[in-house]
Amino acid sequence: MHAPASEPKKRLLRLRLNGRWREDAVGETQLLVDYLREVAHLTGTKTGCDGGECGACTVLVDGEAVPSCITLVARCEGRSVETIEALATQGRLSALQRAFHEKLGAQCGFCTPGMIMAAEALLRDNPAPTEDEIRTALAGNLCRCTGYVKIIEAVRTAVEAGS
Amino acid sequence: MSVDAGTRPPRRGVPLIDGVEKVTGRARYTADLDHAGALVGRILRSPVSHGEIVGLDVSAARNLEGVAAVVTGDDCPYTYGVLPIAMNEYPLARGRVRYRGEPIAAVAAVDAETAQRALELIELKIRELPAYYTPAEARAPDAILLHDNKPGNVEREVHHQFGDIDVGFAAADLVREETFSCAEINHAQIEPHASLSEFDPLTGRLTVQTVSQVGYYLHLMLARCLDMDTSRIRVIKPFIGGGFGARVEALNFEIVTALLARAANGKVLMELSREETFITHRARPHTDIRLKLGMSKTGRMTACELQVVQRGGAYAGYGIITILYAGSLLHGIYDIPAAKYDGYRVYANLPPCGAMRGHGSVDTRHAFETLVDRMARELGLDPFAVRRANLLHAPTRTVNDLVVNSYGLPECLDRVERASGWKERIGRLPPGKGLGMACSHYVSGAAKPIHFTGEPHAVVHLKLDFDGGVTALTGAADIGQGSSTMVAIAVAETLDVSLDRVRVVSADTAVTPKDNGAYSSRITFMVGNAAIDAARKLKELLIATAARKLEARPEDVECENETFRVGHGEQSALRFADVVAAALVNEGAITVKGAFTCPPDAQGGKHRGGAVGSTMGFSYAAQVVEVSVDDATGQVSVDKVWVALDCGRAINPLAVEGQMQGSVWMGMGQALSEETRYLDGLPAHASMLEYRMPTIMDSPPIETHIVESYDPNGPMGAKEASEGALAGFPPALVNAIANAIGIDLNELPATPDRIMDALIERRRKARLSRALKAAS
Repeated sequence: MHAPASEPKKRLLRLRLNGRWREDAVGETQLLVDYLREVAHLTGTKTGCDGGECGACTVLVDGEAVPSCITLVARCEGRSVETIEALATQGRLSALQRAFHEKLGAQCGFCTPGMIMAAEALLRDNPAPTEDEIRTALAGNLCRCTGYVKIIEAVRTAVEAGS
Repeated sequence: MSVDAGTRPPRRGVPLIDGVEKVTGRARYTADLDHAGALVGRILRSPVSHGEIVGLDVSAARNLEGVAAVVTGDDCPYTYGVLPIAMNEYPLARGRVRYRGEPIAAVAAVDAETAQRALELIELKIRELPAYYTPAEARAPDAILLHDNKPGNVEREVHHQFGDIDVGFAAADLVREETFSCAEINHAQIEPHASLSEFDPLTGRLTVQTVSQVGYYLHLMLARCLDMDTSRIRVIKPFIGGGFGARVEALNFEIVTALLARAANGKVLMELSREETFITHRARPHTDIRLKLGMSKTGRMTACELQVVQRGGAYAGYGIITILYAGSLLHGIYDIPAAKYDGYRVYANLPPCGAMRGHGSVDTRHAFETLVDRMARELGLDPFAVRRANLLHAPTRTVNDLVVNSYGLPECLDRVERASGWKERIGRLPPGKGLGMACSHYVSGAAKPIHFTGEPHAVVHLKLDFDGGVTALTGAADIGQGSSTMVAIAVAETLDVSLDRVRVVSADTAVTPKDNGAYSSRITFMVGNAAIDAARKLKELLIATAARKLEARPEDVECENETFRVGHGEQSALRFADVVAAALVNEGAITVKGAFTCPPDAQGGKHRGGAVGSTMGFSYAAQVVEVSVDDATGQVSVDKVWVALDCGRAINPLAVEGQMQGSVWMGMGQALSEETRYLDGLPAHASMLEYRMPTIMDSPPIETHIVESYDPNGPMGAKEASEGALAGFPPALVNAIANAIGIDLNELPATPDRIMDALIERRRKARLSRALKAAS
């Protein structure tokens, strides 16, 4: 009889997730994406690759877009993490969500949460980006359905709605 | 977007009915489903490309604490496969492995770490056999057979001839022959493969939630491989993160997950890595093409000879269909009076190929449209003119007996020629810039189903109950293409009710009527027609009820905007809810069924393989591609694309535009950068970084033009819109590169190294010719 895999060491982590402080026991090597999906049950954040290549897992950490699949949750101590689930507030879609919906920026929808979070980080920092700036901000987010045409259109629509 | 000025105004585009779920992150894909308490599944894969399994000891893995089940080929003695005539694959290898990464054993354990340790404890001994990575190696006389019943390692040979090619070539003013090669590519849908299976030992039932585009075929294969009665199985489709053909057959990991769930008497979640998702493959094969074409001075095609060799990988999959499509879809777009086709689908020790968007048609179309362009150039003809010289005239039947009922290709040509400013710009662009064009088409569903059961091609149920909501039940898999939205629109408009009143349930084999699934772009044509048929029946029933209440004849009752009335009298108007309540009296909840069947005369010719390529309606596309080529680096960038698609009628123009852009862009990936290379059978591109699909930085504006030819049999006149435009991109690109720098590329993708090789070769030849001239 072989012994089971030993339990990895855990520590107590405090972070602000989608505006609410919470504490969880997390593994030292636990990835942020696994924490979000398996511990916090926020499955909007997706895994599309084997690490840092597709952008589907993009979330905001202190307002900055990061790939949660190559970020240790332990590094988020005391920080603010925002996911796609936080964007619709008081029964309203955010400007980006509405534009992605209405302009068909989402087809299969799997890259969409990461794509919207990457665009969200851009618009917070730069409310009136040029098309080149939009492209640069989304360069790490892969989509296989749209050819990106309607994604760019959606972001521009959200920009116009916000101005 | 602009819509052709037809007799009817363009329809209004609507966002997807499940779009809010997608933009809020609420949409649950397979890996997002509740899997509390589920075991973690992992697969042990072959480390070699070809070998005999001489030892497989799983006892240590089985004894590891936390392991609930280990399964091997011994647990499933049944083959599976999508074609009834070509099921030659086991979910877990039995005795022999034929490609690197082929599943051999699988474990279900309490967590991923334990599952991984269990895999490492499995003792595997393999005696290696010679492996073949090219059709030539596999077809060599001394090659051992991958499958004993397939001599020469040829899965299927196709030899078709229509018309007299000797007469055709003799009549030609110009005959040219070229060889082309197109790299193998992959679907690379963003969602990695995943499957969640639950076996309940108390009831003996199996429930599978998975990424399949074809729940029905998977259901059949699960019953076969688990030796279970079909009535004890349920396959449910969650949200699906793209398909493009990756999931149009039952896949090994889906069956393996079910085997594990049964062995463990519980629930198993299997999430494949991206690398495993690539290895599961089933995509477009590496294809070598020899094409010979005869043409008159005016550009009229006189005869065509096509030879296609596809490297199919280790198992049959859809291979027979792919090699048949490669020949049959030479036709259906131009009037080709005589054609000969020789196709060879060859086994190799690589992951099995399968269906991918534009199934079978893309590489043939690439060769054809490229050679046509070169011959036009040689004859001094404009690329548009040469295509116009060979148009079909619908309704017609092609030489290989394909039915063409609607044909908007002439309008597509006009539209992109105008929009791109072709006439004014061609030949007048600055150095390094070029324009190219090409045409393409695709079927709106295979007119002959894979499993011929005598059933209609599509069935839709509508349920109307006390709440006044209309629920459309369809087995058609919405995989992001918007098919559920199409069904909702078809039902709402036929009933003249608000779109919000309709909800669509797709797809659950315990709840929704059987559907063959999301492949060959069949859903709009077939399921759309079935949905309209069902809605008409429901409307008749409601009108009869309203007529009774209004004491009028049904033919005098009008139904508009959820109101039933006779003439214009307001007093006699009945609200939708009142009519529903009246219709339910003595009846209870109402269910109606709609169906659609392709008539036999649309199901292809009588020759062997003649059914493949047959369809009720072809979509048609023309596109112009503008490129810039840097002759110092070989880098090609696409500046703009203009594409026109005849989709019959755009039921949802927003979704049609999205499909046109997506398919053109997918063609761009194949044309520019995508390829799956193997090093001794080991995939060298099995990650999102190494598999070079275009990013947003490389993606051009794609201007769409919808052409509406109103197919006589299509729902509201519609045909498919998701595949037809893809195949035109690669040849339009290669033609544009030729226009820009005078290099004729015969290999895809048009990577900088291939372009540099061609440029260096041209410079070498120029130097040689100068030297020879100086010497003489």
